[in-house]
Amino acid sequence: MSDAAENDTADQGIPAPEGASEIIETDYEIGQDNFEAQIGPFGLDVHNPVFGISGVVVVAFVFYTLALPEQAGSIFSWLFSFATKTFDWFFLGAANIFVIFCLVLIVSPLGSVRLGGAEASPDYGYAGWFAMLFAAGMGIGLMFFGVLEPVYHMAVSAPLGVPSPFDADGNLIPENVEAAKAMGLAATIFHWGLHPWAIYAVMALALALFSYNKGLPLTVRSAFYPLLGERVWGWWGHIIDILAVFATLFGLATSLGFGAQQVNAGLNHVFGMPINSTMQVVIITFITAIALVSVVRGLDGGVKVLSEINMVLAAALLVFVLLVGPTLLIFQDFLGGLWAYIVDLVPLSNPIGREDTDFVQGWTSFYWAWWISWSPFVGMFIARVSRGRTVREFITCVLIIPSLVCVLWMAVFGGVAIDQVLSDPAGSLVKANVIDSYNPPLSLFAMLEALPMSSITSVLAVVLVIVFFVTSSDSGSLVIDTITAGGKVDAPVPQRVFWACFEGAVAIVLLLSAGGLSSLQSMVISTGLPFTLVLLVMCVAIWRGLQAERRL
Amino acid sequence: MFTRIMVPVDLTHVDRLAKALNVAGDLAAHYGAQLVYVGVTAATPSAIAHTPEEYGERLADFAKAQGLAAGVTAGAHPVITHDPAVDLDPALVKAVAETGADLVVMASHIPGIADHFWPSNGGTIAARAKVSVMVVR
Repeated sequence: MSDAAENDTADQGIPAPEGASEIIETDYEIGQDNFEAQIGPFGLDVHNPVFGISGVVVVAFVFYTLALPEQAGSIFSWLFSFATKTFDWFFLGAANIFVIFCLVLIVSPLGSVRLGGAEASPDYGYAGWFAMLFAAGMGIGLMFFGVLEPVYHMAVSAPLGVPSPFDADGNLIPENVEAAKAMGLAATIFHWGLHPWAIYAVMALALALFSYNKGLPLTVRSAFYPLLGERVWGWWGHIIDILAVFATLFGLATSLGFGAQQVNAGLNHVFGMPINSTMQVVIITFITAIALVSVVRGLDGGVKVLSEINMVLAAALLVFVLLVGPTLLIFQDFLGGLWAYIVDLVPLSNPIGREDTDFVQGWTSFYWAWWISWSPFVGMFIARVSRGRTVREFITCVLIIPSLVCVLWMAVFGGVAIDQVLSDPAGSLVKANVIDSYNPPLSLFAMLEALPMSSITSVLAVVLVIVFFVTSSDSGSLVIDTITAGGKVDAPVPQRVFWACFEGAVAIVLLLSAGGLSSLQSMVISTGLPFTLVLLVMCVAIWRGLQAERRL
Repeated sequence: MFTRIMVPVDLTHVDRLAKALNVAGDLAAHYGAQLVYVGVTAATPSAIAHTPEEYGERLADFAKAQGLAAGVTAGAHPVITHDPAVDLDPALVKAVAETGADLVVMASHIPGIADHFWPSNGGTIAARAKVSVMVVR
């Protein structure tokens, strides 16, 4: 127990007296299972067996997919349809539980518990904190899906059976327009709003609570201490951590795959470079190389700086589209979409008895699996930068504010795109690339093309995707390295370099395999499935942990 | 000659520091200087301590024991950073100014080929700090 800072530590560089918190007493010492070695010139300090098993499996996976792309491709597509068709209710139901759990924590007395002890103070200001939340949380996704999704849900996927505003020949049906437009935005906001951020919040809260308040190592297994006791340091814990590594790696690779395709499409659009897998391999390699520089510069010098650059660039693009687009209409869309989201939230998140199976299985299940599978990544990142905030402040900031920003982003990019599609169906590039032929990576550039100064904004968009890409790869390596080093945050830097390289390699081999991007998506779904179970159990552990903290 | 000697220590690997600790203690006794032990850690739990303030206590205990052994006054100066693996060198350079030390005594490994890519801590501190640095191998 360390309930008050002693006088002799007060003036020695310690942030502040930290106050009461309930340290869990365990005989486990961080790093006791670690394997330290000097391989050639490089030092190594990794958890045994978590690093070994996950490292070997990832390397084997890369070689298998490279050697037998056809066979691997067919396995991936079978996995995708099996997991989404059989377990769609499970993903939807679990995500609803996470949202309700978070909302209950905000209003319950447990919300007053402070992460890092009763008197801990935050290390980062709000601006830097939010920048990192976003850049890590969904950067590339916002760029990739911002135009694609609202238009697609409005016209093609028919969520909740709302009919498309176009008939089979592409003619506009005026009486369908209003409802379809609102549903297009509402369904998109649904996928980027409360649910994903609730998933992140659960993970982040578990890591922060058990590490900063209970003194356990910063890995996923620590959250299970209240339930498993000392057994978390054995195979139960190894399995949980290995699952977390896989989920993170494949969740990240999916984002990197999306990013690579979009950068490729953008370079083709602006400079006429070819679109093919060779180009994408070159892009991933090039961007991974930039990420390595950032990895070596560390948390404050790399990720934090990059995510602040991201925020400025993204805000510039957002304001530009908002001003040159139909501004008044966008604000109407923002409010209309938000309202439709609130009205349709319950039917959209209903896990059973749905008629719109294509939408539920192809989109919602995939999204929930994607968010869940990279929750260890975003969660650990949020946890590391959230010390000193109360649970209530933490959940409000992680749940409500990012959701609102996503609503705004989708309303601006999606609203402008929808307006282009509806006002000029024949001439709209967005309609050509989303509705007539499905060409996701190009959708953003198609929307920008119809606005003034498109050559400048397209270049800005390509740069933005690249910087988001670098940030994800960098912070992902940081997180995977911490988990595979048994919760040590000061393991040798070459290990992070190893993970950054293999994230790139996994993204490359999955893109090269027969299924391309759908291989990535099926791996995300398959790793997300077991991890959903991990997260559900985690909610119970968090509740118990917070109660113990309150009793002090 | 010297009034305050700063000794960067890694509490997880005290066994590897024995030589540097002895040198620092002898120098301090010779010049009648004060010893300041600097430790860099993250706010997350480590093998040494669950919380930053517990780390501070551990470092203070360590300094007290070292000071008694050398027969000089010794203090502790814990530094908390976000990313110790990367922030170590700048944190130590900053600690030189914060502690007001006029000599740094630190242990370092024998340089090898990897030092061209990842320079040793001792080498970097010697290159950047404004005071004398003694690197003990």
